[in-house]
Amino acid sequence: MSSEFFGNWFLPGIWITVQVTFLSAALAFVIAFPIGVLRTSRLWIVRFLAGAYFEIFRSTSSLVFMFWIAFTVPPLFNISFQPMFAGVLALGITYGAYASEIVRGALAAVPPAQREAGIALNFTPTQRLRRIELPQAWPEMIPPFNNLLIELLKGTSLVSLIAVADMTFAGDLLRLVKNESAPIYTLLLALYFVFAFILTRGMRLLERHAKKRVGQTPEKTSLLGGLRAKSSIDVVSGTGGAK
Amino acid sequence: MNWNWDHVDEFMPLFWDGLELTLKALLFGSLIAFSLGLVWAVAQRSAKKWIRWPVTVVTEFIRNTPLLVQLFFLFYVVPEWGPSMSPLTTGIVGLGLHYSTYTSEVYRAGIEGVPAGQWEAATALSLSKRRTWTSVILPQAVRRVIPALGNYVIVMLKESPQMAAIGALDMLGQAQNYSQTTFTFEAISVVGVAFIVIAYPASLLLRVLERRLVR
Repeated sequence: MSSEFFGNWFLPGIWITVQVTFLSAALAFVIAFPIGVLRTSRLWIVRFLAGAYFEIFRSTSSLVFMFWIAFTVPPLFNISFQPMFAGVLALGITYGAYASEIVRGALAAVPPAQREAGIALNFTPTQRLRRIELPQAWPEMIPPFNNLLIELLKGTSLVSLIAVADMTFAGDLLRLVKNESAPIYTLLLALYFVFAFILTRGMRLLERHAKKRVGQTPEKTSLLGGLRAKSSIDVVSGTGGAK
Repeated sequence: MNWNWDHVDEFMPLFWDGLELTLKALLFGSLIAFSLGLVWAVAQRSAKKWIRWPVTVVTEFIRNTPLLVQLFFLFYVVPEWGPSMSPLTTGIVGLGLHYSTYTSEVYRAGIEGVPAGQWEAATALSLSKRRTWTSVILPQAVRRVIPALGNYVIVMLKESPQMAAIGALDMLGQAQNYSQTTFTFEAISVVGVAFIVIAYPASLLLRVLERRLVR
């Protein structure tokens, strides 16, 4: 692989992958909390609408949705935007739906007596959420969020198909230019794996920190254990795979 | 808004072709994912380190890298050493291989869910290792994991459009082709709606199945 190509395409591609990952994760996060909280609402119409958002995006292919935003929305509504905007929007909205399910599940797992204690202390619903329910639900959310983040990182490779010059795109370009594929795709796979590994380790630290604060004992981790779904229950109930 | 229903009518025959290809990939892809996943799961419980370790490393690697890049790898790199495959075959192999690493986790959970007493009972009856697996453990494990496996069929359905990137004419591939040759944009919307129409009832069905099988 020529160094010129590496500097011109590959390094910027890696940077774009990092950017897309963090921007869409941030968007997903911002969407997930309100939607997740609304899904525990007492009003059925609120619950229904928030639930519909989850069901719709759980039932569509993120790639098709991304194509739809990138190629259908602009001509349909006579607007135009950068491909990267379309990619981040599609990933953020899709993964926001999955993340909202994690938030909902973790909130539901807080013992009901904790909510009642909040009522007894005359807390407002907002205070209950902020001071009682979310702090307890938070450590439960981190392991599934971790899985979701890995899925999202892998999902960012899709933006290459709407012409965002991420590292997959750079790899594809190199194949066309150099007519060589084995080293480039091997390198790509290795890069994604290393990124996934770094993300997982980072989230593990966060998890330990969160559990210490709430007074739960952090679990021991092994080297490869970090990449594995936290518990088998997550996988069987279908939330572990995140989708 | 400049939506034109005529383009939708024109696209429909191509859409059915695409749907057929998608379903084909889904059927054979899930067969690979289900059987290979079981192999991974059992191998990871092996007492021999030289079986356990390579399997763990390979499955973790596949699970933590994108399906899209794996498809590119299978389509462009593998033919350099061995057989070249059609886009559909590559898609089937890619989907199957990728999701076998997910189903192996499901099987693993199912196997761990079998009460320890069942293992001891098999030992007490001095059943062979093979008999223990095939007559005692797996029948109990597989029943519990069927809904979770079904879940991954839906996941595979949603990820299958990535095949279009290597030229398989699935639903998305057909839509892409049609849109590019006619300079229209309606086809992708049709495909998007199709996913909701297929995947949502399927997930409702799974919920019913889950209530029946997992108490």
